[in-house]
Parts: sequence; C-alpha cells; structure tokens
Amino acid sequence: MLSITTTPAWGEFTFDAGQALLPGMVGYAKVMIAAVGLLLLMLMAGTVDRTDEERIAAGRASFDPLRSNRAEFYAFFLFSLTGLMLVAGADTLLWMFLALELTSLPTYIMVAISTQRNRSREAAVKYFFLGALGAAVFLYGFTLIYGGCGTARLNEIHDHIALHGINTLTMAGIMLSLLGLGFKIAAVPMHFYTPDVYEGAAPQVSAFLAFVPKTAGFMAILLLAATIGWTYDPGAVKGVIRASEHGTQLPEAVRVLLWVMAAMTMTVGNILAVLQSSVKRILAYSSIAHSGYMLVGVIAGPGDGSFTGSGVGAVLFYLMAYGVMNVGAFAVLAALERGRRDDGDAIEIETVDDLRGLWSSHPRMALVMLVCNLSLLGMPPLLGFFGKLPLFTSAIGAGEVPLVIVLGVNSAIAAYYYLRLAFVPMLENADRGAGAPRAAPFRSREIAGLLSAAGVIALAVFGASIMKRVEAAAKVSPTIAEIQATATP
Amino acid sequence: MILLVTILIPLLAALAVALAPETRAKSIAMLGTCVALVLGGYLALQFPWDHAGEFHLGGEKAIEWLPSLGISLSLGVDGVALLLILLTLLLGPICVAASSTAITSRRRSYYAWLLVLQAAMTGVFAARDIVVFYVCFEFTLVPMFVLISLWGSTNRKRAAVKFFLYTFTGSVLALAAIVYVAAVNAAIDPASLTSLERGLHPEAGRWSFSIDALTFAAGHLSSAEQALVMAGLMLGFAVKVPLFPFHTWLPLAHTEAPTAGSVILAGVLLKLGTYGIYRFVFAFAPMAVVEYAPLVALVCIVGILYGGLICWVQTDVKKLVAYSSVAHLGFCVLGMFALNGAGLTGSIFYMINHGLSTGALFLLIGMIYERYHTRSMKELGGLAAKMPIWSTFMVFFTMASVGLPGLNGFVSEFLCLLGAFQASSAWGSGLWGSAGAMKGATLGELGPWYALIAGVGMVIGAIYLLYMVGRIVWGKLVEPHAHHDGHDAHAPVLPKDLCTREIALLLPLAALCIGLGVYPKPVLQALEEPVRFSLRGIDDVRAARPVAATPIEAARVEVTP
Repeated sequence: MLSITTTPAWGEFTFDAGQALLPGMVGYAKVMIAAVGLLLLMLMAGTVDRTDEERIAAGRASFDPLRSNRAEFYAFFLFSLTGLMLVAGADTLLWMFLALELTSLPTYIMVAISTQRNRSREAAVKYFFLGALGAAVFLYGFTLIYGGCGTARLNEIHDHIALHGINTLTMAGIMLSLLGLGFKIAAVPMHFYTPDVYEGAAPQVSAFLAFVPKTAGFMAILLLAATIGWTYDPGAVKGVIRASEHGTQLPEAVRVLLWVMAAMTMTVGNILAVLQSSVKRILAYSSIAHSGYMLVGVIAGPGDGSFTGSGVGAVLFYLMAYGVMNVGAFAVLAALERGRRDDGDAIEIETVDDLRGLWSSHPRMALVMLVCNLSLLGMPPLLGFFGKLPLFTSAIGAGEVPLVIVLGVNSAIAAYYYLRLAFVPMLENADRGAGAPRAAPFRSREIAGLLSAAGVIALAVFGASIMKRVEAAAKVSPTIAEIQATATP
Repeated sequence: MILLVTILIPLLAALAVALAPETRAKSIAMLGTCVALVLGGYLALQFPWDHAGEFHLGGEKAIEWLPSLGISLSLGVDGVALLLILLTLLLGPICVAASSTAITSRRRSYYAWLLVLQAAMTGVFAARDIVVFYVCFEFTLVPMFVLISLWGSTNRKRAAVKFFLYTFTGSVLALAAIVYVAAVNAAIDPASLTSLERGLHPEAGRWSFSIDALTFAAGHLSSAEQALVMAGLMLGFAVKVPLFPFHTWLPLAHTEAPTAGSVILAGVLLKLGTYGIYRFVFAFAPMAVVEYAPLVALVCIVGILYGGLICWVQTDVKKLVAYSSVAHLGFCVLGMFALNGAGLTGSIFYMINHGLSTGALFLLIGMIYERYHTRSMKELGGLAAKMPIWSTFMVFFTMASVGLPGLNGFVSEFLCLLGAFQASSAWGSGLWGSAGAMKGATLGELGPWYALIAGVGMVIGAIYLLYMVGRIVWGKLVEPHAHHDGHDAHAPVLPKDLCTREIALLLPLAALCIGLGVYPKPVLQALEEPVRFSLRGIDDVRAARPVAATPIEAARVEVTP
C-alpha cells in the first residue's frame, strides 16, 4: 500500500506532466497528496472489520473472504488518492470530470462502511445524493463551456478565450462549474452535507473527507481559473468579455461570484462552528471556513509570480498545511475511544467536554490537539500562520483589501472555538465518574497525530524549501498577452 | 547573535523545566532567567549608548528564515528596545521568585510557560523584521492565556478567553495593515528610484518584511492610505495598550491572573502595544499621525479621566491598580502623540517607570493575597500596625506611581504633560506670548488644553491611590475573618510581615525607582537620539504642510515674516 501511494510521486519525473496551464502543479500536488496520504493511511488502521478480525484472532470465527471489507476499503482509499492526483494533471474537461468522480465515488463507500452504525449509512446516502447533484451541476457547466468554445481541451479553451473573449455560453458554463465544484470544497451554498457527513463517518474517514475532495475541488477550480486567466480589467460585464494586457483579475462576474462565495463560506462556517458542541461538527464547520480562506487565494490570482504575491501558490501551500494540521486534529479523535459498543464499534469522543482531562490521561494526544488547533487558528509561529500569511499578502497585492478584512475578522471568530479545542484537554479536569478515554489499539493512529503535530512545527521553521517548490508549482503559463502576441502577427 | 542567545536561553530553560522533575522546576527557571539577565547586562555594556538611535547587536547578517516570504530572522536593538528588553529581563527572576509560594500545583508547566513568555517578549523588542515581531507579539498570548486560566482566581477562564480574543482580533487587523505596507513595497518599481535609494533599500520592489524596507515603502503611501494603515495598526496596538474603548479586557485579566502574570502583564505586555505604536505607527504613517494626533490624544484623555474615576470607586485593590494602568498608559500615549522631543522621551521613559512601579504594586498585592486570600479594601485596613515593612514598600511604590517628585514616575509624567503642553503654537503666541519662546516648543497638534485636562487626571490619580493606601495601610486594623485560612491547606505558612525573599525582590525595583527619579539623565540622554530619529518623519510631514492651519497661526505668520 505504501509503495502504491508513493509511486505516483516519482511519476512526475518520468511521465508527461499533463495539463500545461499550471504545469508545475502536477508534480507538487502528487508529492503533497502522497505525503498527506501516508499520514491518512496510518490513520485508517483498523477502521473496518475490527470486530471480525478480533473474533478470528480469538479463534471464534474463521476468515471468510466474502465477509471481509478490508481490502476493498484500502483499495477505495487508493483509488480516491489516484483520482486526486489525476485531477492535478487533467488537461481536458472530460478527464477532469472523470478524475473528480474517481476521487469522489470511493469516498461515498468509505463513509458507509467506516462504522457499523446506521448513522454512517445515512451520512453516505446524503453525501452520495448531494455529491451526485454537485457533479451534475459542474458536468452541465463543463458541457456549456464545451458548447461555448467548441473544444474540451483546457489549453485550447484558454487560447480560444484569449483570442475571442468569453461568450455568454462559456460564462454560464464557468459559473455552473464553479458552483458545482463548490460542493467538493464544501463552500457555501453547497456546504450543507459537511457536518452531518463528518459526524456520521468514523473520525479517520472524516479527516480523509476534509482533505481529499477539498484538494480535488481546489485544484479543479485553480485549473478552471487558469483557463480563463487572471488578465481582466474590473468593469463591464456585458457582451463578450475580453482579457486585456494590463488586467490583473478574473472576469468581474467570476470574481464577484467567488468573492461572495468566499466571504459567505468563511463567515457561515465560523459562526456555525462557534455554536457547536460536538468536536467533529466543529471541525466540519471549520473545514468549510478554511475553504473560504483558500478561495481568497483563487481570487487573488498569480500576482507578481513570487510565492508571497501569488494567490495560486498560497492555495497550494495552504492545502498542504491544512492537510497536515487537520490530520492531527482528527487523529486525536481516532486514537482515543471511550469504550466499545455492542456491535464492536468504538464509542468515540463526541463533545468537547469528552476531551477534558486529556492532559493527565494522554498527555501526548493533548499536546497534538494543542499544536494542531493553534495552527488551524493561525497562531504564529505554526504552519497555519505561514499558510494564511500568503493569502493575506497575495490578496492585498491584488487589491482585495475588504476581503482580507473579512478574512481577518473571521480568523478572530475562529479563535473562539479553536481555543476551546486546543485548551480544554489541557486546562479542564475530567468530570468525576467519567472514565478517561483509553487509547485505541492502533498505535499508527497516534503516530500519525504526533507526526502531523511535529510537521506543523517543523514545516513552519524549515518551510523555506517547500515554499520554493510551491512558487515553481504556481507558475501560470502561458499568459494571454503572450498568446495574443503569437496569434496576431 | 547575542540577542538571539538572549531569546533562546529562556526557551531552552523552558524545555529543561518541562523535562526536569517537578521539584527542580523553580530552580531551573530561576537559573534561566538569571542567565538571561546577566546576558542583558552584558548587552547593556556592549551597547554604544552614544549612538542609541541606530540598531546594534543583531549580528553581522540576518539569518534567512523563509526567503520566499521575504522573512528573515533579523534582530537588533536601539536604545528604546534595549531599555525595554532590560526591563523584561529584570522582571524575569523577580516573577520566578514571586511565584515560589503562590504556585503549588503543576509547577513544571507554570515555569515553562513563564519562560516561554519571557522569550517571546524579548523577541518582540529585538525583532528587526516585522513578521518576527508579529510572531512574538502574537505568541505572547498563548503563555499568558495558560497562566491566567490555570493559575488564576475564580473567574479565570472567562478572563483568559476575553484577553485572548480581544488582543487576537486587534492584532489580525494590524497584520492586514502591515501586509498592506509590504504590498506597497513589493509594488515599487526599482527603476523609479535614484541609485542612492536603490543602494540603501535593496528590498524595494520585492516582497520583504524588513522594518527598514517597509519604513521606506511607507513614504510611497498616500495620506488616505496612511490613515487606513494607521487605523489598522492602532486597532491592534490600542487593544494591547489598552486605550480607552478597548480596555475592558484588562481589569478582568489583571484581577484573575496570578501575581507573576499580573506583573508581566502590567510590566511588559502592555508596553508591547505602546512600543508597537512608537515603532510602527510613527514609521509607517507619519502623515496620518500628524493628522489624527488630536483624536488619539482625545481618546487618551478620556481614558485618563475615565480610568481614574473608575479607580476611585473600586473596592478590589487589584482591580484598582489595573484601572490605574489604563489611566497611566493614557498619559504615556498622550505624551507620544504630542509629537515632540519632550513628549516622546517622557512617553518612552513612562513605559519603563510604569513597568517598575505598577509591577511592584502587583507584587505587593500578591503578597497580601497570599496571606489573607482577599483583595477587598473592605476586609483590609490598618495593616501598618501588623506589617510595617510591607506598608513601607506599599507607600513607597504608590508614591512612585502617583508621581511624587524625586521618584521615577514624576519625571516621565511631567515630560509627557510638558510635551503635550508645548505641542502647540496657538497659545504660545497669544495668552502666553512670552512663554512661546519656551525652549523646545514645537508647532504641534496638541495644546495646553490637552495637558490641562490630563493634569486633572493626575490629581484624580493621586486621590484614588492615596485613598487606597489610606484605607489599607493606615486607619483601624481590619483583617479578614479566619474562614479564609482554610482556603488552601497545602499553602506554605508565611510570616506575618514580609520575608527576606520578598524584600529581596522588591528592593531592586525600589532602588531603580529612586535612581531613575533622582538621576534620570543617563536614560534621558540615551533616548535623545532614538527620539530625534523617530521624529524626523513627523517633522518632514510638518514641514510639507501648509503652515497657516488656524486663524491664530495665520496671524502669527503675518506678524513674523
């Protein structure tokens, strides 16, 4: 499993990079996905068939290949990661759609079989139907783009738009695609499923959901945005929209759509997270909010091309940062259990109060919770802060000051619930009578948590080389002006 | 390099404390803070005080940290920063010593966080890169949050959360303003600069967070942009100071924090705000500072009067001293926004004096709390009869805080008011025509009215502090009822009056109060150059402004050709 996960990472050196709009993104994305994928894999240990395997080990049952789900579960896990890597390299709309579906379809099944409870099945059904709706919306958008430009290849669409401008049909297609992809990244107004699904699934699968579909959605959005290009002037939206030599932003209509989505997503996510008491729901709503932060980077665009000025780079870096710190937060939930239910499932940590007293019973997990949540909050000098800083710089460089203020205020709202998550384990004593949670018998989950906490600190202190890679990965090429120069002699 | 070591030593000590056995925690912490203090002394000896306006001791070259983000670990101190670092380092061992009997549970965590806090505070003053500054500035929140919420008194959790959220919100907006200036710096076209400028500011046109580069870039801001930048920065720093409408977290945090926490909060953490204003608002937004100085001064005066009046009706001693901080820092910022030599010097001196005297007052109140488990003035009175040594110190530091001539508080408070008074030409030419020739008087934004009203605040300050001393030191002996004694069975038994340890940690503060009060010259001299450098930008703005701003000024311009 390990080798399969890591192989594609080396693939960048041997295979054609795929799409040519963000050519550097493919290699970076594969390495990042493989690295976070490894952390997630460690988290997945013992998710399915735990009861069965215990009975087999005790000699009370014999192994029955038909009853075992384990292989399928890991296969789906890898399929999904493969799909995610393929999204990064998608060079046609069709491939992009197929890759997105390859990412999503396994996750529906993973949610369903992650626990024995009906709540997981319900979550999976909800996730599936809403996911299918989202897929239908962006597929419709893709067909409209195809109809508007006469080609499904992203490079050709890019050139077509550069030469002929964006016609109404294409624009409608782009809008629908972005809206549909909003489902993958859990952006308002396509976010409704998130808390229910995260709560219904096992925590390790929720960690997977918070990283994989979100990354897929953001890479697809970045590719789409790069197809249109960040080379428009603010102003008129009537008729055919043309790029200009001095333009620095997305077409006004697209920008406004993303602007509203970003502002709404972070605000709704954060405010609803404040009201929750279940840890998984808090993390689910905060995952919505983080999508809102990253949308700011999409709006900002490549800027001057440096890491600090590039919103594209900021999104790519933040995806990695979010992946690492998020795994840590969920790993604590996965590594601890308050007991077993009759059907063999672990009784998980549900509310924030269940985390009380963790400092005395499981100091390492309390530390992971502290570090990862402070990082999610954006507390310097942790990774989350250096993820957010390029979002600030690129957006201000692109002139989006009001959006940055919204982002800042939202970070402050988020402080309220992240403080609870970070410090309740450390500061509060467990209720008398309530037994301390015990460690789940899977050491790798705990190790995944410790690794990501270490990563949150180490990547902030020694992140310089990664930032350099991201800078290269975020290069947008070629520019509209270049194409126009070559096309018009 | 030596600055980096001064920051790293408390961090290493914190690590050692976390790994060492519980009983050793305090001694390791003491060792760590003492080594840092000795290093601080060495820093002070190395520092060329004649050139205190420039930055020294940071090492030859900045250490690259995150070059893609334009962040480097560049350190360096001028006279102002070094004085504040010395204050921080001095309070380190005092806080450790003050905690030895008060903290009985989870001592390892306590001392570890205390040391981390000290490292972060030192880093704030030593940073020459604004992201490094911001990292340390923000990170002070975490240790302080833990100190308040684990070792505070009854209402500690609410206080800690309020403290964290208030300051965090403010500083995120300050970050937006900082990034705005950085974006302007990145957008500068190097070709548009003269070759001299290009040589002096190689970072122009690139993303950088070096304070020098951003100061240069701020010159490219329009006055409207500067106003926005100033608003963002002031929101961040005013919460920390705290200035009037943003002060509500302070009394709560002070009351609930453990003694050492209060000492650090009053002694150093509040200065982070004033230091931020001095260092960044003045550098990044000189036009806006000149423009809005009267407004800020107004807010300060409201804070001075409001804080003073609230103190008057307090019955909780700790809360009283906390509110007095609001009033005192109002003076400090008022002096700063007088925008002249006297005011600014006074303001920086005030930062140090307030740290010494208010820090000591919190220590004294902590000592009382350890003995009687109450801070209410209704339950305490006439302690001079029982605790003569404590009472002596209490009266002494109250006097320092009030601003008794001969003690340090007087010098800085007087300079702040003088600065505000002088920062005007309106009265100078009219009512006090002859006084207009007063040396050092500048054409400024504030005027005698500001100083006069703030002076009323000084009187109120004297009233409430003396009232407090009158209640608890003199008068009839009142002691709380015995039922408080069962409060903490494990608490070590303390002697009635102060023990040697407690006297030892108050003495250096008292000595400094007298020393700086009687002979403030070395400090004032050291501050001369930094202040002059800071005012250069302001004076340039003034020079470029139309002179005839008010009718009286216009008249004066006509009279004096």
